[in-house]
Amino acid sequence: MARATTTRTKAVTTVFAWAVGLAIFFPVLWTILTSFKTEAEAIASPPSFLLFDWTLENYGEVQSRSDYLRHFTNSVILSIGSSLLGLLIAVPAAWSMAFVPSRQTKNVLMWMLSTKMLPPVGVLIPIYLIFRDFGLLDSRIGLVIVLMLINLPIIVWMLFTYFKEIPGEILEAARMDGASLWSEIIYVLAPMAVPGIASTLLLNIILAWNEAFWTLNLTTANAAPLTVFIASYSSPEGLFYAKLSAASTMAIAPILILGWFSQKQLVRGLTFGAVK
Amino acid sequence: MGAISLHQVTKSFGPVEVIKPLDLTIEDGEFTVFVGPSGCGKSTLLRLIAGLEDVSSGRIEIDGQDATAASPAKRGLAMVFQSYALYPHMSVAGNIAFPLKMAGVDAATRKQKIADAARILNLTDYLDRKPGQLSGGQRQRVAIGRAIVREPEAFLFDEPLSNLDAALRVSMRTEISELHQALKTTMIYVTHDQVEAMTMADKIVVLRDGRVEQIGSPLDLYRAPDNLFVAGFIGSPRMNFIEGPAAEARGARTVGIRPEHILVDGAAGDISGTVGVSEHLGSDTYLNVDVDGMGTLRVRASGEVALSFGDTAHLTLPADRLHRFDETGQAIR
Repeated sequence: MARATTTRTKAVTTVFAWAVGLAIFFPVLWTILTSFKTEAEAIASPPSFLLFDWTLENYGEVQSRSDYLRHFTNSVILSIGSSLLGLLIAVPAAWSMAFVPSRQTKNVLMWMLSTKMLPPVGVLIPIYLIFRDFGLLDSRIGLVIVLMLINLPIIVWMLFTYFKEIPGEILEAARMDGASLWSEIIYVLAPMAVPGIASTLLLNIILAWNEAFWTLNLTTANAAPLTVFIASYSSPEGLFYAKLSAASTMAIAPILILGWFSQKQLVRGLTFGAVK
Repeated sequence: MGAISLHQVTKSFGPVEVIKPLDLTIEDGEFTVFVGPSGCGKSTLLRLIAGLEDVSSGRIEIDGQDATAASPAKRGLAMVFQSYALYPHMSVAGNIAFPLKMAGVDAATRKQKIADAARILNLTDYLDRKPGQLSGGQRQRVAIGRAIVREPEAFLFDEPLSNLDAALRVSMRTEISELHQALKTTMIYVTHDQVEAMTMADKIVVLRDGRVEQIGSPLDLYRAPDNLFVAGFIGSPRMNFIEGPAAEARGARTVGIRPEHILVDGAAGDISGTVGVSEHLGSDTYLNVDVDGMGTLRVRASGEVALSFGDTAHLTLPADRLHRFDETGQAIR
């Protein structure tokens, strides 16, 4: 039986959906608005929403006080680098779990996921000491490895789900046609899984870009990404909300733009296999 | 040369032995059909020959060479899958070229071979299309094209026609038979459809529960089934089985007779019964006749027989057409 949707129900659900959407977006919007206020207006009570003197002075100040470009470059290198490295390791791993499963495959997958349940601070000391001993503190290569490792379970899980959707017979056909394991992955599996691989890559770039715990704890200057750039405005000289907001806006803008342009791909990737 | 032989081959999945120790020889150029009900192990047997599954024990020889541990690519066999298993992101030409590309064949030769295969299979106009833009029959032809360009030792077909509609199935069946006549290459064909088996095979291997029940030419199996299972599986409509005193009187636990071998008459015969359902097809007449002490016998008479529901039919069961089976179900000869 088709469900009858009345105009009223439709209106109510639409309003509710918009309300939830706005509630989620509000902190971001408030940050962006605050970045255009003076410090005095930023802490004024009651706060003004749009009717204030719009100013760009915070952006000028932030730009002159810290090196945005260097932090930005680091963010790009860390997020893209860790995501690509993760893919390189996760594609064969997900391949083996999807197409040559053993009795332990499910357990391995659960174990990988369980590492995401561990509070990162629980392993901060050992990782910090390892980094110190190997001279990896404040190095891009060290951070690329750590970010790759923390996102690897998600990459493997996502790829595993996409690969499961690909009929095994097609890979068997490739094997009968004389394809080696690598030819099978490169010529048959990868092209068929492109939408899945692309959305996995995008999501992990976003996750790595926004990652703050490890980037704040393991870097100081050389490898510091935009998260450190934001944090540098938060404490020592007291809180300067407007400048902090300007720094935050500058840090999230690139990833927000990337997310906006790739949202179709992301939604398709995240719902892949949910509806056949 | 594509002779294939299996020596004491077994396959187990965990504790379940799906292929019991099995010996089989397929001669070069022979069209062999593995037939049996679903779950009998026929597809598993084909996959063992293909190398897509590893044998649990035993030896597989292809062309006299031990191929038991060889990878699928190294066995020189080509396979056509039930689902076609075409590469959806490649064009028809790309699909057909793929095995050649993997074998390192140069572009010019590839092009030539694609053109040849496309001509044989009527695919010339579709070479630039993707599999998604083709009909079921065309997809199956692409899958066959991908197999023939490799010039394999043998072709393996895993229920290739079961996704097609009835009419297309009949025409593809003819095409595959013609292809076999033209190429003279060994073909192994898996099906659960005994009509496909009877019409295409040089040799039929009847399987049940991972065991070979009988091997022989289609007519051998039809005329002299080794046991009750083969007798019931081969032939359409199914053989009638008679048990009880009527069978014991003929010196057997079970007596079988094919519907087309029962002679029917309105006036005289050895036994008589009442007609139940009658199907008049013009070319043939099918009757279900209830006979006391024998149960319902299915009768197939050639042409039109003027008998219908409730009439009395007189039947004759010619002694030379009777199949006798003992208590273990084996034929008494």
